[in-house]
Amino acid sequence: MSQNPPAGNPPAPAAVKKPGQPEWQDAAANPRAAALKAAFGGRVLDAKTYAGELTVWVEGAAVAEICARLKAEGYTYLVDIAGIHQPKVADKPFALSYLLHHWDTNGRLRLKVEFADGVEVPTVTGVWKTANWMEREAWDLLGIRFAGHPDLERILTWEGFNGHPLRKEFPIEGIDTGAAIYPDTYPEGGGPVKPKETPHA
Amino acid sequence: MLDIQELEINMGPQHPATHGVLRIILKLDGEKIVGARPVIGYLHRGTEKIFESQTYSGNVPHTDRLDYTAAATSNHAYCGAVEKLLGIEVPRRARVVRVILDELQRIASHLIWLGTHALDIGAMTPFFYNFREREYILDLFEEFCGARLTLHCMKVGGVYDDLPPGWIEKLQRFIEVFDKAVWDYEDLLTGNRIWKQRTIGVGVISPEEAIDWGLTGPPLRGSGVKWDVRRALPYEIYPELEFDIPVGRNGDTYDRYLVRMEEMRQSSRILKQCIQKLEPGDVVAKGVRVLRPKPAEVYFSVEAPKGELGYHILSDGTDKPHRVKVRPPCFVNLQVLPALVKGHLVADVVAVIGTLDIVLGEIDR
Repeated sequence: MSQNPPAGNPPAPAAVKKPGQPEWQDAAANPRAAALKAAFGGRVLDAKTYAGELTVWVEGAAVAEICARLKAEGYTYLVDIAGIHQPKVADKPFALSYLLHHWDTNGRLRLKVEFADGVEVPTVTGVWKTANWMEREAWDLLGIRFAGHPDLERILTWEGFNGHPLRKEFPIEGIDTGAAIYPDTYPEGGGPVKPKETPHA
Repeated sequence: MLDIQELEINMGPQHPATHGVLRIILKLDGEKIVGARPVIGYLHRGTEKIFESQTYSGNVPHTDRLDYTAAATSNHAYCGAVEKLLGIEVPRRARVVRVILDELQRIASHLIWLGTHALDIGAMTPFFYNFREREYILDLFEEFCGARLTLHCMKVGGVYDDLPPGWIEKLQRFIEVFDKAVWDYEDLLTGNRIWKQRTIGVGVISPEEAIDWGLTGPPLRGSGVKWDVRRALPYEIYPELEFDIPVGRNGDTYDRYLVRMEEMRQSSRILKQCIQKLEPGDVVAKGVRVLRPKPAEVYFSVEAPKGELGYHILSDGTDKPHRVKVRPPCFVNLQVLPALVKGHLVADVVAVIGTLDIVLGEIDR
């Protein structure tokens, strides 16, 4: 737009706001967040919305208690539990996102818990049965332990697998597990991977 | 008491009725099941890890490979999540085309389910009927995007290309054929005495239990809960469309069968309305090139043929997602299997696996 508009033309219409990425907004005034804050005080840390989704940060140790209360209020359907590894957050490198669904209003709420490596989070299997495999998955792929889980075993990788693949330090190429599946390529007991022979070269 | 009659056997991972590589450790008392434990992960490919190493747009082909019988809805859920993250407005025509693809995919997925479910129980004929119509859908997909199974037919901001000339006429012909064909399937099964004996009262779950177990899709609606993501959390043009949500009454395998049959008819009804609503226009949003969202967290879900399929995306300001968590309906639905088969016979396990309509690609990721 380096050219000046010729004189006499009507002024250009006011620029329409281009739809862009939404912004995080403070949601302390949100009735759901305010009710949680009133009930649990300091254990509810923060509340924000993004793209119409309410996220409430709570203390890890209180999550089962808060979930039980929310279920009694109508959040009878647990949509998902997502485990997150965030190594750049120095003191809280792990996080869990619980997505809850209110059956009558179809409203959704995300509870977010952040904690240090090795901290056990109370299980919510006692609140929703569906949490069982979701928590097993978070343990398997990220190494998050759940206190009181009835059957915290690996679910997607095999028993005896060494490592948690969704941690950021885990290489995407995978690791040498020492399993002698292809002894020609992966020598027994680990060690450098032998280059593949090309028989028809 | 030491129960010497209890026997532990493996069903799978290589078993034709487990629809892939599902292994179930069954504990039997005679032929009665006293316990079952599904063992999954045989198809784990680390898709969520791969998602973290590719650009936002580069991830779309990987979503095809999760639920490979319903790639379009997989694409849709992922693209919808990225669009929500970035506030991208999808053009009207692309929305209609997406709904057409979704509903075609729903019919195709339900046809595979019906064919294999009936085959597992012992009815071979429906399989041939179902795959005849499914072939027609795959031809339509092939003409639209060049692929039949792993479609990769949507991109962030819309769909890849406009519909080819003459495609809508072919779709109309398909709908005509299909509306009659559904009755053929029903003739074969709905009143069939053997079919009823094998499905009625098998794998019953109450509505409260179904919600507690997190069931979605036909397994939930079979128990009489009228809940569908297309109505509860509407997306694209679903609010404008007229369709019913079929529900069952008893929550057994037969009701889930009836729900899916009616869903196919409703999909056909939606397709007819979409053809009317198709107007000329862009099929992809402008200016969607390099995607570099600021740090944020979103979840977006669609009603996939198997239930609620959601993508949970965390961005960190780079052109690659920090974390993508899939919420696969099959993973959650399969969890209820031990509760459904307890007290039944071994042959009923096959019926229950079929009625849950699982795809291991999505469960194991």
